[in-house]
Amino acid sequence: MVLAERVSSAPVKPAAEGAPPRRPSRSQGVAYLFLGPWLLGAIGLTVAPMVVSLYLSFTDYDLFNPPKWVGLGNYAKLFGDDPRYLRSVGVTLRYVAWSVPLKLVLALAVALLLNSLRGKGQAFFRSAFYAPSLLGASVGLALAWRAIFDTWVDTPDHALLTIVLLSAWQFGAPMVIFLAGLQQIPRDLFDAAAVDGAGWWRRLWSITLPMLSPVLFFNLVLETIHAFQAFTQAFVVSGGRGGPADSTLFYTLYLYERGFTEFRMGYASAMAWVLLVAIAVITAVLFRTSRYWVFYGDER
Amino acid sequence: MRRAGVVVLCLAALALVLYPIVWLLSASLTPVEDLVAHLRSLFPGRITADGYRGALEGAGGESFWTFLGNSTIVASGAVIGNVVSCSLAAYAFARLRFRLSGPLFAFALLTIMLPAHVTLIPQYVVFQHLEMIDTFVPLILPKLLATDAFFVFLMVQFMRGIPHELDEAAKIDGCGPVRNYRYVVLPLSRPAMVTTAIFTFIWTWNDFFSQLIYLSSTENYTIPMGLRLFIDQTSSSSYGPMFAMSVLSLVPIGLFFLAFQRFLVAGVATTGLKG
Repeated sequence: MVLAERVSSAPVKPAAEGAPPRRPSRSQGVAYLFLGPWLLGAIGLTVAPMVVSLYLSFTDYDLFNPPKWVGLGNYAKLFGDDPRYLRSVGVTLRYVAWSVPLKLVLALAVALLLNSLRGKGQAFFRSAFYAPSLLGASVGLALAWRAIFDTWVDTPDHALLTIVLLSAWQFGAPMVIFLAGLQQIPRDLFDAAAVDGAGWWRRLWSITLPMLSPVLFFNLVLETIHAFQAFTQAFVVSGGRGGPADSTLFYTLYLYERGFTEFRMGYASAMAWVLLVAIAVITAVLFRTSRYWVFYGDER
Repeated sequence: MRRAGVVVLCLAALALVLYPIVWLLSASLTPVEDLVAHLRSLFPGRITADGYRGALEGAGGESFWTFLGNSTIVASGAVIGNVVSCSLAAYAFARLRFRLSGPLFAFALLTIMLPAHVTLIPQYVVFQHLEMIDTFVPLILPKLLATDAFFVFLMVQFMRGIPHELDEAAKIDGCGPVRNYRYVVLPLSRPAMVTTAIFTFIWTWNDFFSQLIYLSSTENYTIPMGLRLFIDQTSSSSYGPMFAMSVLSLVPIGLFFLAFQRFLVAGVATTGLKG
């Protein structure tokens, strides 16, 4: 919980904390009235389905016959007896390891570039570079991407690279967040460093990056979580099957195949839970490492 | 002088970034027989509207207008659902005090990080038992129940910034929480609601995964699903309509972007929306 709170609020300017309303007693019931739809969704569409899907992950379930308890059978098969599953894990890890850093480096570089512009020019380029983040998630653009890289898409060695590039192309969203972070660094820090004779690199390394590290951390966590769940682009670029030769068999693509084309719902549920645990563990690890490289203002 | 260098660098980067979009536009206007040669060039030699004619005829026996209509229904339903349900929940979290406020809000934040896949299969099973597969209900109902907790968070952040003196004044004038929500907080939260509406529209318009799972008959297909019909076709004769329909599918997003870019960029900058 602390985890989500910190991630979600990292680059947000602190909201004005007004005094809470005085008389809470009468608003108790009304509060739940307002909360009604959300509460219904939280229980009916999140908590209950999570419990059920955990249960299903220990069963064989094909949607038409009642679930049959198999214990840890699905999990054992995943890791012991399903080369394509392990293949999908490898593809996804490789995708995350390439696409997230590439996207963030591009985003940071362009943000630094735009930060040296002011006014209308900056606003124009910021909007223009942001556009792919909106378009790139669509099937339409992925189809174009597949055609542009048509020779790569057909070779197992390069197919994944095309999808990595499509992801990197959407660097606009983290770039906008970086730029907002850059603009909050006090200028006098740079002035003081300049007086002390620090060059551009030195200032980048000793001021900009440390001051930007909370934003960098936020982007890293967010992009990593999203990258693990990438689906549409892999589906379109690979023609829906993760080919050629399973070289783009993303985790979610394989989950979709097992769950919704073969209707092995128990097996797919087990895959979903492994994904959840993997994302949670990696997020926790990132938080652990953050204490060594993320600087929050006051401890500078 | 240095500024000029930066601008030149930005323009070069921009050309690279816009390449795929320009390429798609020109491919959609290129005659089919020129397309193979066109793959390596940016501008079409001869121009034809055949692709667009084919795109409007649609795919799989349904016209483009069917796909467009379905996409519009799903996206509108999602927008209305998100704006209403998320603003209600956000009002409770931001302005009212109740016992479980803290834990419930923390839970809401946690669900933002939750991969959809762990709830997907039971949800599918339930909708299947209710015989709602191949309808728009599974696509719209979750929005009516504020499952996009990100927008709850966005609106909470915004509503917390509205001065509490206004609540007090409204209370003195005899407004309960309901009228305070309706007449004080809601009108003042318009920017957050506009941001929510735009992002919901664009994400729903682009959404593919849930539509792929829940829509099965062609007459219920949305635009991404209509485009999907082209994925398996390898004959180059379908390339023209495919690229043209791709362009048509991106037009609403482009228009929204041009109209609301300030809201969009500000929304990303302050909340870290993924975009």
